[in-house]
Amino acid sequence: MALVRAHVLVCTGTGCVSSGSRKVIAKFEEELRANALDKEVKVVETGCQGFCEQGPLVIIYPEGTFYTHVQEADVTEIVSEHLIKGRIVNRLLFKEPLTAQSVPDYAEIDFYKKQHRLVLKNCGHINPDSLEEYIAADGYEGLAKVLLTMTPEQVVEEMKKTGLRGRGGGGFPTGMKWGFCQKSPGPKKYIICNADEGDPGAFMDRSLLEGDPHAILEGMIIGAYAIGADEGYIYCRAEYPLAIKRLKQAIAQAEEAGLLGNNILGTDFSCTLHIKEGAGAFVCGEETALMASIEGKRGMPRPRPPFPAVKGLWGKPSNINNVETFANVPYIFRVGAEEYAKLGTEKSKGTKVFALTGKINNTGLAEVPMGITMREIIFDIGGGIIGGKKFKAVQIGGPSGGCIPEQLLDTAIDYDSLIAAGAMMGSGGLVVMDEDTCMVDVAKFFLNFTQAESCGKCTPCREGTKRMLEMLEKITDGRGEDGDIEKLEKLASSIKAGALCALGQTAPNPILSTLRYFRDEYEAHIKEKRCPAGACQHLLSYKITEACKGCGLCAKNCPVDAISGEPKKQYVIDPAKCIKCGACLTKCPFKAIVRG
Amino acid sequence: MAIKSLEDLRKIKAESKKQTEARKLNDRQIIIGMGTCGIAAGARAVMTAVLEELAKRNIHDVAVLQTGCIGMCQKEPLLDIVRPGEDRVTYGPVSPTDVPRIIADHLINGVVVEDLVVAKIPSKEA
Amino acid sequence: MVEKASEKQWEQLAELLGKYRGTKGSVIPVLQQAQEIFGYLPKDVLIEISNKLEVPISQIFGVVTFYAQFHLEPRGKNIVRSCQGTACHVRGAKGVLNAIRQKLGLEEGQVTTPDLKFTLETVACIGACGLAPVFMVNDDTHGRLTPESVGPILDKYA
Repeated sequence: MALVRAHVLVCTGTGCVSSGSRKVIAKFEEELRANALDKEVKVVETGCQGFCEQGPLVIIYPEGTFYTHVQEADVTEIVSEHLIKGRIVNRLLFKEPLTAQSVPDYAEIDFYKKQHRLVLKNCGHINPDSLEEYIAADGYEGLAKVLLTMTPEQVVEEMKKTGLRGRGGGGFPTGMKWGFCQKSPGPKKYIICNADEGDPGAFMDRSLLEGDPHAILEGMIIGAYAIGADEGYIYCRAEYPLAIKRLKQAIAQAEEAGLLGNNILGTDFSCTLHIKEGAGAFVCGEETALMASIEGKRGMPRPRPPFPAVKGLWGKPSNINNVETFANVPYIFRVGAEEYAKLGTEKSKGTKVFALTGKINNTGLAEVPMGITMREIIFDIGGGIIGGKKFKAVQIGGPSGGCIPEQLLDTAIDYDSLIAAGAMMGSGGLVVMDEDTCMVDVAKFFLNFTQAESCGKCTPCREGTKRMLEMLEKITDGRGEDGDIEKLEKLASSIKAGALCALGQTAPNPILSTLRYFRDEYEAHIKEKRCPAGACQHLLSYKITEACKGCGLCAKNCPVDAISGEPKKQYVIDPAKCIKCGACLTKCPFKAIVRG
Repeated sequence: MAIKSLEDLRKIKAESKKQTEARKLNDRQIIIGMGTCGIAAGARAVMTAVLEELAKRNIHDVAVLQTGCIGMCQKEPLLDIVRPGEDRVTYGPVSPTDVPRIIADHLINGVVVEDLVVAKIPSKEA
Repeated sequence: MVEKASEKQWEQLAELLGKYRGTKGSVIPVLQQAQEIFGYLPKDVLIEISNKLEVPISQIFGVVTFYAQFHLEPRGKNIVRSCQGTACHVRGAKGVLNAIRQKLGLEEGQVTTPDLKFTLETVACIGACGLAPVFMVNDDTHGRLTPESVGPILDKYA
């Protein structure tokens, strides 16, 4: 046999012949001759390969490239690309049916690549109704280590070493908080879990309670041991019926297994936990208000001191931590403080779970190490803005937080850098806003919220939020005047200084932060009576331009008959009748209607 | 089951792990994300479709399980398929009409439904 | 057409109050469960609770009016909670709310349909922000709503 560079094997089994392999062979021979390759490359007919539905089949050796569904028209390309240039024709390659093995790992897809899941490790993986699955995933190991090998003092010291800061908002060091309560004298103390996740836009606590309820219980039992409590409460929003159901079940399971109740794990430590359903008041997320609510009173904050660590629930020393904080605890005591503190930044250790929502492609929960940038979260994990629109700002920290504009996207996120940027960590809800979001409207939205949720106890908050809301309404309605911005700023600083609790003190933040970065939008509303984002209805006007072809579709869709005109001529909108609903704009096939 | 000591805890852990391993080697599983997000996106209808499809095909040896929220709301409802000895593969967003295809192609024949697949959890971790 | 509270409901209340007598911090759970029995909190019920728990009626009234969850007026058979949280707000919750109002035929300021089938409320956040805009009908959460999609969902409960 003459020495040849390559063999082209073409199947001439019945199946392949009927789908045209003879023509393919003829074409190959023709092309090879035309390129003077007929001495170097040999065409070989083969018998049936048993893969008839993929035919005609062509295999090229020495590589063994396996082409399927090869037609006469494909041959020129195979010769010029594969046989001359040595490049494989991808589109003709045999595609193996996808098997589980060839699917990318979670760790490889964009949404998870930069995540670091400690707290959310079990969520979406184990069955939340099964204590055994939690134990199989190293559950209650941390508790065993604590109860069997450590004193409460050692637990508090270990906690201090982690540098963990409260995940509910303020970021107070958890170890110190535990330490205060531990030192408080008294035989009766309480451990409380704040599951009154009220910040709109945050839902990590709900996911944790629903997806890994035993982790919260384990964290609480460890906390109870550290401070010397034998009883605890989980205060959970009534809006989370599924979370409450799963918690109840988890408590029952833990009691039955002896992980709650008397002599836990055979030690002389005992602890019971109860669930209290919230009744729909945002202010109950504040710790003193929350305790008042557990006591069956109106959930109103009281001045501190005395701090809950000294005088808390029913006057007894109490310690309150948020759901995500407790969810960190089992991991910490399983791996040790040193290991934990390796993650994060100098002053903010560990990971934080963020809830990605708003105008972002991948909504969901992202757990990332502290110190990551906002750009990484929004663009790498979140996949950027919906519809390729322009990013404007991200709101963080709910009604107490603020906005991060484009120019600060590369700041490393931790508790302190966010405060410096005029925002706060809060519970970690991130609401992404694009060019169509009006920042004055956003401020108004939050003031609407805080005003409605103000408990009414102190005047700065009760009256102040109402006045600020009225001023924002005035501005978005087009009645703004010179000096309004200054008045807002003055009132905001008085409320910050004078309000009793954190809810009131932080209520002006959405205004101050939008003013800081988007003052021009306020000015456009006040001076030019214009909403740059086109969101404030009172400030909009619609116009029909020369692009109008006179089809009349706009007039037909106008709910108030504000559009008139003759066929094939430019239509006009009567501004006196127009209610600015925008129906005409979305219906116009020629993009002839503009919003100003 | 009462856990009175570290040994008890370790024993339950070992047993539970053994069971999970055995299940992974022997059983086929369908796991549906049943957090609030999943349910809001239609996970209950997907669960019903799964049970109906299995009944229709007279398949009784598949464990239909639930899990919590994996944090990928955009892709809810999420459904995982596990075949003995293979990686756990997540699909989403799954509508009830996709269920017969996922069951026929993947659960029964081991071929991943490419247009709905999200990612896999390698079997050593799952 | 407010139905008069039935004898059976009063019996249930008596049982509830018996269970909680002497338990500290029981006002809110008792009110929550009493509301479940009666559908709302009529005056007579509040007076009975006050007497049996030995808590002044003024304090009970203060608690009832403080929390969004308690209602002094009869409510519809189905409770629709339209989420107006931040994520829902920026994704068009207003349009959804208007569509619900229209579907249920509710005028401005009206919250319950005259046939007592539906009561519409707004809530600050349901915590299903990834699927915004969302609403709850009773304990069911529905997500990824559009003004067009709310009608067929509500029909299922009518």
